[in-house]
Amino acid sequence: MSSHYEAPIRKPLIVGDKSYHDITVEVAAPVEGKANKLWWTVFTIALLAFLWGLGSIIYTIGTGIGVWGLNKTVGWAWDITNFVWWVGIGHAGTLISAVLLLFRQKWRMGINRSAEAMTIFSVVQAGLFPVIHMGRVWNAHFVLPIPNQFGTLWTNFNSPLLWDVFAISTYLSVSLVFWWTGLLPDFAMLRDRAIKPFQKKIYSLLSFGWTGRAKDWQRFEEVSLVLAGLATPLVLSVHTIVSFDFATSVIPGWHTTIFPPYFVAGAVFSGFAMVNTLLIIMRKVSNLEAYITKQHIELMNIVIMITGSIVGCAYITELFIAWYSGVEYEQYAFLNRATGPYWWAYLLMMSCNVFSPQFMWSKKLRTSITFSFIISIVVNIGMWFERFVIIVTSLHRDYLPSSWTMFSPTFVDIGIYVGTIGFFFVLFLLYARTFPVIAQAEVKSILKSSGEKFKKLRDGNHE
Amino acid sequence: MSNKVVQAMYNDDDILMDAVKEVRAANHHIEEVYTPFPVHGLDKAMGLKGTRIAITAFMYGCVGFSFAVWMMNYMMIEQWPQDIGGKPSFTFFQNMPAFVPIMFEMSVFFAAHLMVITFYMRSKLWPFKQAENPDPRTTDDMFVMEVAVEGDEAELISFLEKTGTVEIKVTEK
Repeated sequence: MSSHYEAPIRKPLIVGDKSYHDITVEVAAPVEGKANKLWWTVFTIALLAFLWGLGSIIYTIGTGIGVWGLNKTVGWAWDITNFVWWVGIGHAGTLISAVLLLFRQKWRMGINRSAEAMTIFSVVQAGLFPVIHMGRVWNAHFVLPIPNQFGTLWTNFNSPLLWDVFAISTYLSVSLVFWWTGLLPDFAMLRDRAIKPFQKKIYSLLSFGWTGRAKDWQRFEEVSLVLAGLATPLVLSVHTIVSFDFATSVIPGWHTTIFPPYFVAGAVFSGFAMVNTLLIIMRKVSNLEAYITKQHIELMNIVIMITGSIVGCAYITELFIAWYSGVEYEQYAFLNRATGPYWWAYLLMMSCNVFSPQFMWSKKLRTSITFSFIISIVVNIGMWFERFVIIVTSLHRDYLPSSWTMFSPTFVDIGIYVGTIGFFFVLFLLYARTFPVIAQAEVKSILKSSGEKFKKLRDGNHE
Repeated sequence: MSNKVVQAMYNDDDILMDAVKEVRAANHHIEEVYTPFPVHGLDKAMGLKGTRIAITAFMYGCVGFSFAVWMMNYMMIEQWPQDIGGKPSFTFFQNMPAFVPIMFEMSVFFAAHLMVITFYMRSKLWPFKQAENPDPRTTDDMFVMEVAVEGDEAELISFLEKTGTVEIKVTEK
């Protein structure tokens, strides 16, 4: 047992008297059981929201972008706000699965599967917005450097918007294979347990014939490690490049060198908040409290607190630099942000993102499940407003005061946004019922070092 | 020589590790070990060589990087050089800083995907592939060691029984 040593001071990551078989049974239970009424209710609501959003998208494509609340001055509003918001949320999954793997953080094992699922589903939502805001969706393939009938007209590789196309598609596809490779052993577990022939067939197909040979595991671990090494700079690059969309422009309020780190911190911040929102519900509904423990929630709260503070520093630095730069346009952009007609959005952003995470300094609050859930929602609202503030307040009062205006969303703007939330939950709810939501193979590998039963057995000897 | 193997099942990874070491010390040939999760140090105990898949990832990354350089040079510099927003594309190195993000993304894209494809091919994993684990419990909580039968079968079985196995089966491969 000495090879499974872990310092006694570390709290167990798997609570209770679990064996390997218990882990199998409890991870498979939500998949093998029947959905309850609550699941169907939430799923129906999400599906309706999704259908409403789908209708709004079809209406937009059929009629044109004019059905949104955009005007001559404010040419980017909810579409890009939603895009950045969803991409940001999509950052926590890879951060948990890749960065925490490189740092050998064992607490990632209980939550990485769902966090990665969340990443993929939210990047799908994010990807919708740049596509539909093109207006002529049927020309969307023009963003790819493919030979075309216009002679030698290629995409512009100097443009951050094109970098974004490459960054988001690389991110989505790499996250997907990372997720799927990790899923293979767990699908195999479901396959080998399946009784009904249809389920057996489906999970055989999904598990790619995984058998768990020693050589496969050796490669599996190497592949995971290398993918983590690749995904770590990738995840940082994605939001960096998203921030370039703004930072390389000449709009006061956007043209800021602080944007890349500020956006990345904000993305991790909102992503962890969303992981908390989803997992606090999931651990309860799917009876996984032994694997997604209070300690997991607490650690995520600490990440939220730190990244929230980084974001707060960035807000204040921005204000300071605007004043210090001596550029009147820059100064006005920030003065207008804080005290102009959108002061309420700025105040919401500040209070949700900078003020609210500070509660997490208190051990009592960050270990409270209810409080963590409330803060996670508050942070998500705050981060949506951050993007709204950056985008709309920088645009609505441009260089020409005669064109100053306000932005108000139409029902289509709202419909598409709500629709993506619906779509996201449709995907996540389906995932929660059909996928192994905990990386059970990896959790089994830390059972002896971090399981409560084994820790007690081992630490008992020292007393 | 027969293709007979003895499948010894274990219900604990530590017992399995000790058994693997004992079997190897007694000069029996371990054909395969199936485990439900990665058992650390098992590959070394079995005497498996290290995997070279990380090296392939590096090479694939180099391919992706070169492809990105070639593609952007061909499209932006050679075929149709333009002056876009005061950023002229007339030589590769003047324009290169703007190409860095895509060079990076392409390196990662190639390295990640081709490495995963290599892994799937080498480990024979693909859709519709039939699983070959000897017992469905090997994805749950059972560890199976397959030992080739060379010589006295009964002796091998009694030897394996002493290593803490919970079940023993003899099968043709």
